[in-house]
Amino acid sequence: MSRDTRLLPVDFETADLRRLAVYEARGGYSAARDALTGKSPAGIMDEVKAASLRGRGGAGFPAGLKWSFIPKGDEKPKYLCVNADEGEPGTFKDKYILGHNPHLLIEGIILACYAVGIHAAYIYIRGEYEMIARRLEEAIAEAAAAGCLGRQAFGTEFALDVFVHRGAGAYVCGEETALLESLEGKRGWPRLKPPFPAVVGLFQCPTVINNVETLANLPVIVRDGAAAFINRGKPKDGGARLFGVSGAVIRPGLYELPVGTKLREIIFSHAGGLRPGRSLQAVIPGGMSSPVLKADEIDVAMDFDSLAAAGSMLGSAGIIVIDDEASLIGVLEKIASFYARESCGQCTPCRLGTSWMAKTVERLAAGEGRPAELDGLARIASNIKGRTLCPLGDAAAMPIQALLSKFRPELEAEIGRAAKGRG
Amino acid sequence: MSAGLSDALKVRITGLSGRYPRKQAALLPVLHAVQEELGCVTVEAERDVAALLGIKPIQVREAVTFYTMFRRTPVGRYHLQVCDNLSCGLRGSGTVLARLCRKLGIAPGQTTPDGKFTLTTVECLGNCENAPCLMVNFDYHGNIDPDALDRILDGLA
Repeated sequence: MSRDTRLLPVDFETADLRRLAVYEARGGYSAARDALTGKSPAGIMDEVKAASLRGRGGAGFPAGLKWSFIPKGDEKPKYLCVNADEGEPGTFKDKYILGHNPHLLIEGIILACYAVGIHAAYIYIRGEYEMIARRLEEAIAEAAAAGCLGRQAFGTEFALDVFVHRGAGAYVCGEETALLESLEGKRGWPRLKPPFPAVVGLFQCPTVINNVETLANLPVIVRDGAAAFINRGKPKDGGARLFGVSGAVIRPGLYELPVGTKLREIIFSHAGGLRPGRSLQAVIPGGMSSPVLKADEIDVAMDFDSLAAAGSMLGSAGIIVIDDEASLIGVLEKIASFYARESCGQCTPCRLGTSWMAKTVERLAAGEGRPAELDGLARIASNIKGRTLCPLGDAAAMPIQALLSKFRPELEAEIGRAAKGRG
Repeated sequence: MSAGLSDALKVRITGLSGRYPRKQAALLPVLHAVQEELGCVTVEAERDVAALLGIKPIQVREAVTFYTMFRRTPVGRYHLQVCDNLSCGLRGSGTVLARLCRKLGIAPGQTTPDGKFTLTTVECLGNCENAPCLMVNFDYHGNIDPDALDRILDGLA
């Protein structure tokens, strides 16, 4: 029988993969055991580089390359921070790995730490995933008791401790340097880069920060090799992705499909399409921060480069489907108010700009504004973009700019109707 | 000093701070533990935590006021948080919130006079596939329609 390459096997809901015995019976921890007992760290790093594994958190940075920025021969301790903050609206994929297949993540952590020479890993998990955090701690304890972690992992000289660290409700902490500040017990204010975390990270030490799904891909890469991984995706973007579909579809849910699957196929085949009588108005393809696509732009392939070429982003692969029933001013209002609530307040353009945008859109939605005010909204967005320490400012500006440029007539008509309704 | 931290909690805090090379790093996990025991993070608790972690009380206050999950006053026995973000909005979170306001007789941000329910909105909970969704204390509930909402409320003694 061919071994399952999926992050979430089809029977993951029932199989109780959370238990070490079940995970091991399916070949779990064999990649880590083989690596620690018979492969060199450099060999693992080379394999991951060759696999074109790109970061699943949103930015899509090549994982192997990120690891190689850690300085060699530095005496300081090094850390791995696992980004399990999962705050991007429309994103719910890591929850399934953490909750249903935690040993896959732990095995990925072991491989990453072995490749880079790290002996302590912190999993920064969003505070609301309280039950999942408890399950994760149980899995870590089970793995440690079985000798997969601890002072002599798999009976070797390699030591590794893994800790779960709960966040407390702050979207900005999904940004890697805000995450580091938060992990150090401070407000989640992003740091100025450079220095990059690979050189000066957690506790001023070299630090790797990887997303949950990124790490969960490592066991299969190490086991089956880079070529097989690339074959499942694209040459510059290997493997499969966990595509989350939410909004106006018949079957919202998580779909594990090859990188490069067409957006239309995901929405209309896998997620069941729209409810009868509805038509597609817009799609946000990669979490709320990604620029919206129009209904005639969904033949795009869902990989980082194709979506960038289409003027959007694959991001966290959280797809939000908007049908013709939805008010686009309503969509704009949700987006604007979210970033206003979540701006950390450190950079003036973001702190002021996001709240100005939210107030403007709120007025327009309430019928108290004029269509021409959309120009002012566009001006605020362009004054935020590129003028902040971290990407939250861009994340607030880009979806609003895209909605304004692609749906201006529709938005103006709605604003007109809202004003008339009041008048 | 009013109700201080229990000895058991102090032991737990010491254990948590041992996971990090700097004790301050345990601040968020410690504040979660404090809130679990006291229901909120009081001014006295801020001072105690600061002393145990070797930092200034203002550094604790900064964290308490920055992170939305920490609160400085108690909430009702059941904290109902309705996701108000886009995916839930597209599937009727507005109706859920309105129904809760009507049934409980309170507006978002308020607590019922008997102290049983506090109602707030919350940003994306990462449960968009089950939109619209609601968190009751730490329990997730999804695909909320009027019947489901009534069942959930009836189940909360």
